[in-house]
Amino acid sequence: MVPLSWYVLLSAALFTIGVVGVLSRRNVFIILMSIELMLNAANINLIAFSHYLQNLTGQIFVIFVITVAAAEAAVALALIILLARNRGTVYVDEFNLLKG
Amino acid sequence: MINKLIFAYFAAVIIVSAVLVITRRNPVHSVMFMLLLFFHIAGVFVLLNAEFLAAVQLIVYAGAILILFLFVVILLSVEREAQAARANRFWPWLAGFGVIIAGEIALLVLRGSFPGEGRLAVKVAGAGVKELGVELYTKYLVPFEIASVILLVGLVGAVMLAKKKTDNR
Repeated sequence: MVPLSWYVLLSAALFTIGVVGVLSRRNVFIILMSIELMLNAANINLIAFSHYLQNLTGQIFVIFVITVAAAEAAVALALIILLARNRGTVYVDEFNLLKG
Repeated sequence: MINKLIFAYFAAVIIVSAVLVITRRNPVHSVMFMLLLFFHIAGVFVLLNAEFLAAVQLIVYAGAILILFLFVVILLSVEREAQAARANRFWPWLAGFGVIIAGEIALLVLRGSFPGEGRLAVKVAGAGVKELGVELYTKYLVPFEIASVILLVGLVGAVMLAKKKTDNR
C-alpha cells in the first residue's frame, strides 16, 4: 500500500513546479498550462485524501475543479486570442499598457 | 510493493514531464508533455480507486482542454519563439524559491503523520461510479447546477470575447 504522504509529496512537487512556471515564464500559454498543473496537483491531493479517509466528498470536489478548469481554459484562451490580435504578442512582459 | 513501484513510475514521469512543460521553448512541445502528464495523473487516480475520475481526466483534460490549447497555440504563430527569451530575468531566484518551498512542504509532511492513515486497513466497499452519482445528485445537487451555469458562462464568454467586432450590429 502506498503511504498517503507519498501522494502529498507528489502533489506538493507538482504544485511548486506550477508556481515556478507561472512566475518565471514569459509565454502566456505556458503560464496557463502551469495553472492547469497546479489544479491537477490539488486534484491528486483531494483524491488521495478521499481514498484514505474513505469519503467521497473529495472526488465530488474534483469533478467541480475539472468543470471550473474547463470553463477557465475556454475563457482564458479567448482572452489570449483577443490580446494577440490587439497587441500582436503573446509575451506577458510586453503587455505594458497600464505601466505608468 | 507492486503498488509502490507503480506509484514511483507514475510520480517520476509526472515530475519529469511537468518540469519539461515549463522549460520547453516551443509551446507545442509543452502541450505534448502536458498530454503525457495527464495520462500519468489518470494512472495515479486509478491507483487511488477513482476510476470514474481517471476517465473524466482523460476525456476532459486530455481530450478537450489540451486540444483547445493546441488549436490556439497553432492558430497564433510561434515564429518568434526561437529567438525570444523563455523566462523573465528573475527565473534563477524563482526556481531557487520553488526548491525551498517544495523542501519545506516535504519536511513538514515527512516529520508529521496523518491521522486517517490507520483507518485504511479496513477496505470499505462502495467508492464506485454508482455511489459517486448518488452523492452528486442528492447531497451536492445545488453545486452541480451552479457548475452547469459556470460552463454556460464559459461557453458564452469565450464566444463573445473571441468573435470579431463588426460595424453593422
